Amino acid sequence: MNSSVIVFPGSNCDRDIAVALEKLKFKNKMVWHKDTDLPKSDLIVIPGGFSYGDYLRSGAIAGKSNILNEVIKAANDGCLVLGICNGFQILTETGLLKGVLLRNKNLKFLGKDIQVKVINTENKFCNKYEKDQVLELNIAHNEGNYFTSKEHLKKLENENLIPFKYCDKDGIINDESNLNGSLNNIAGIFNDKKNILGMMPHPERMVDQVISNQDGVNLFTSLLN
Amino acid sequence: MKITDIVVEKHGLKPDEYSKIKELLGREPNLLELGVFSAMWNEHCSYKSSRIHLKNLPTKGKNVIQGPGENAGIIDIGDDDAIVFKIESHNHPSYIEPYQGAATGVGGILRDVFTMGARPIALLNSIHFGSPNHSKTKSLLNGVVSGIGGYGNCIGIPTVAGETKFNSTYNENILVNAMAVGHVKKDKIFYSKAKGLNKSVVYVGSKTGRDGIHGASMASAEFDENSDDKKPTVQVGDPFTEKLLMEACLELMKDNSIISIQDMGAAGLTSSSVEMVSKGDLGIELQLDKVPCREENMTPYEMMLSESQERMLIILEDGKEKEAKKIFEKWDLDFAVIGKTTSTNNLTLKFKAETVGEIPIHALATKAPIYDRKWTKTKLPEKKVQIKDLKKIKLEDALLKILSSPNHSNKSWITDQFDQMVMTDTAQRSGSDAAIIRIHKKEKAIAVTVDSSANYCKAHPHTGGKQIVCENWRNLISVGAKPIAITNCLNFGNPENPKVMGEFAECLLGIKEACEFLDYPVVSGNVSLYNGTNKKNIHPTPVIGGIGLITNINNKINQYLKKDGNTILQIGKNFGQLSQSIFLEEIYSIIDGPPPEINLSNEKNNGLAILKLINDKLVSSVHDISSGGLILGLVEMTFKSNYGIKLVKPKNLSNLMEYYFSEDQGRYLVEVTPDNLEKVNKILNENNVYNEVIGMVQKNYFELADQFKIKTNDLYKTYNTWYNNFNGFIS
Repeated sequence: MNSSVIVFPGSNCDRDIAVALEKLKFKNKMVWHKDTDLPKSDLIVIPGGFSYGDYLRSGAIAGKSNILNEVIKAANDGCLVLGICNGFQILTETGLLKGVLLRNKNLKFLGKDIQVKVINTENKFCNKYEKDQVLELNIAHNEGNYFTSKEHLKKLENENLIPFKYCDKDGIINDESNLNGSLNNIAGIFNDKKNILGMMPHPERMVDQVISNQDGVNLFTSLLN
Repeated sequence: MKITDIVVEKHGLKPDEYSKIKELLGREPNLLELGVFSAMWNEHCSYKSSRIHLKNLPTKGKNVIQGPGENAGIIDIGDDDAIVFKIESHNHPSYIEPYQGAATGVGGILRDVFTMGARPIALLNSIHFGSPNHSKTKSLLNGVVSGIGGYGNCIGIPTVAGETKFNSTYNENILVNAMAVGHVKKDKIFYSKAKGLNKSVVYVGSKTGRDGIHGASMASAEFDENSDDKKPTVQVGDPFTEKLLMEACLELMKDNSIISIQDMGAAGLTSSSVEMVSKGDLGIELQLDKVPCREENMTPYEMMLSESQERMLIILEDGKEKEAKKIFEKWDLDFAVIGKTTSTNNLTLKFKAETVGEIPIHALATKAPIYDRKWTKTKLPEKKVQIKDLKKIKLEDALLKILSSPNHSNKSWITDQFDQMVMTDTAQRSGSDAAIIRIHKKEKAIAVTVDSSANYCKAHPHTGGKQIVCENWRNLISVGAKPIAITNCLNFGNPENPKVMGEFAECLLGIKEACEFLDYPVVSGNVSLYNGTNKKNIHPTPVIGGIGLITNINNKINQYLKKDGNTILQIGKNFGQLSQSIFLEEIYSIIDGPPPEINLSNEKNNGLAILKLINDKLVSSVHDISSGGLILGLVEMTFKSNYGIKLVKPKNLSNLMEYYFSEDQGRYLVEVTPDNLEKVNKILNENNVYNEVIGMVQKNYFELADQFKIKTNDLYKTYNTWYNNFNGFIS
């Protein structure tokens, strides 16, 4: 499978995701934000970091960059797109995903391991997980507090567009495990066609037992299925 | 402007220093020249009070590639890999403006590391605040922690370890020390020494503004009631630009364009240009009109003294300007040729076709004053307090009180504000004895830790100096690393006070003795003097940052209990000495007597035996015993697991408090499976390492017969109480 990782000035998880993709047998290319051509890709990843310093608003400037026009075109043609952390923020800025990511509810940066529950496995990204499986992933963000309109939230729930929700170690979805304050404990969402996934936790940080655990592996191997 | 006595004083120069300037120049300086002298001759840049003591430190060793004197120290970790690291203080700016002060402290130390060609792989910090009840502590703490996180998180270097301490000695003068660690291939190291005549001097990075003018001079004076007026001397950080600068520099370093490179840190353009040509025995001519400026009508004086962040000075090989410029433009950074190297041995400053300043380089660098300041010895204090004379307290109550104290409770509320995992090579995060960072795509790793013990250093600087080196060494051993070298950040009060100067001299003597004995050289460091306000000096607070090597990352180990039925051994002898212990301080508010004695040969013998046990895979967990003594060490092993310990009643010492809270040095706790117990005993006995059985691992409870039985979950809750209360009113 061919993947492309978009690199903005200020991206800082670009190397991490590239390492994970290569380890899991993707043929990966790095794409600089000023480029106007996108290599042929089955998967486009927008990595975490602080694109353009996150000045103005997280992801706002990146959402208007050259290469994003190409990403939008490819996404509309059905290419798989994964936005992680800052990548999720950028996807909401472009409108490819609806809703916004507000400041965390405690107004502090959150860098820690958390649990998410796999809510929905009938999609390209999660088919190797079990439904209701509890994953331990890592978060590292200032703005991960997902918010959207009532109508959109209802649609997300009704149409199975929420793959991951924050939960506790026993898989219970409660306020205590919702550290950033997201609506309905949302940790990630799909677009209507489920070819675009935006998520705050970092699956690429959980692919190596020596460093952490391997709970992120199946997200990538699902795509190869 | 006429140079009057007042102008001289405002530049932080003493009258005799000014006379020396006139003598070296053979004339009166103009204001620009005076400013340049003040930037180079202040304590922060010249080390004028500390130099004669620093030169006694051991700085060489078989793993040392570069010792002190460069942007950072470099050690060899085998194959073609080297580690570049240094610690630096940003105390004064952080007290005036905590967020920016701490953030630019991180930015500055990162530049020191990537200037040498290394990609930074880890950040650490040692931060000291006043009493939690002091009116400024909450906002300073919040500001510093968000500043450290704000910079490191954005640039994408994991902040993996550190220490946070509270003591009223820092009420008016906090300490913010930041350490950066980088990885470089041995044949790709870059130095600051200039070489060759008529080579282009290139300015890259951010534009120069009026921020931070005289920052280094400010950091070389005590605070007084007008310290808030010094806000304009604090620099403003931009981690995004630093990220671009780092990537651009590392990209340029892939080929051979760079002759030498130096970051513009303290004293900005002045010290970077002078240091480069001073090392290369050359002169330098700068065309100040060409300096990229952020503000209009900046004067040569302002340009030379600005401490605007995220700037570098590079001396390029002939004909490389075009290629180099392309790289910096790709990263949207300024690139300007602002001068050339010369044979004059002068710093020549030109502005609008006029020479506005000309100073011999040696006058600024090698001829800077050096002082052998008066110092007095600190006598070993006598022990006055006997435990039998104190009001009795239950062991359990004392333990819970210490666990819920600011200094010994959980600090994850701080480290949760840092990205510890970016770069995905952090194999052990903060909270343990040391953090572990894998060398990218390799099987080996380094362990890193920072330590300080201001109370011990205050009580007896010589012993305290030895103790911090030993504790740092022990922390690395405890995760399975072979300690290689250290960096030190020497935070002290006013060196013009003989008592303070004595604390400095004797702490250094202790550091020297321990480093020599443990073969643990000092390869970089920083001195921060004048920490105090209105003649009140802080406790002597040297901070040691250590690096150890783990050749096979699969041999790494942590402190957390692994299985019920395993035996816990105490390694090293317990003498039950309570002087200067946390127990006396927290329970009785008593600070008394000598710090625990350091026996370097036991320290080394015990440590090397532990390392052997770890490498032979004979122990399941290891933890060092430090502040809080044996019992706190044991409790810390129960966290993050479902296991507790059933303690064996001690035989030797009659007093439980002395036994469990003593901070005698050179000790470790190890967990051993029944299968390995005999082998472990054999190795310890063969190496003459004292050990005794402390208890057995059991599920869920921490207990001592006839004394207490506590659920480990409840211990962990207690460990988090202080934060929950304190956080309640800080956020």
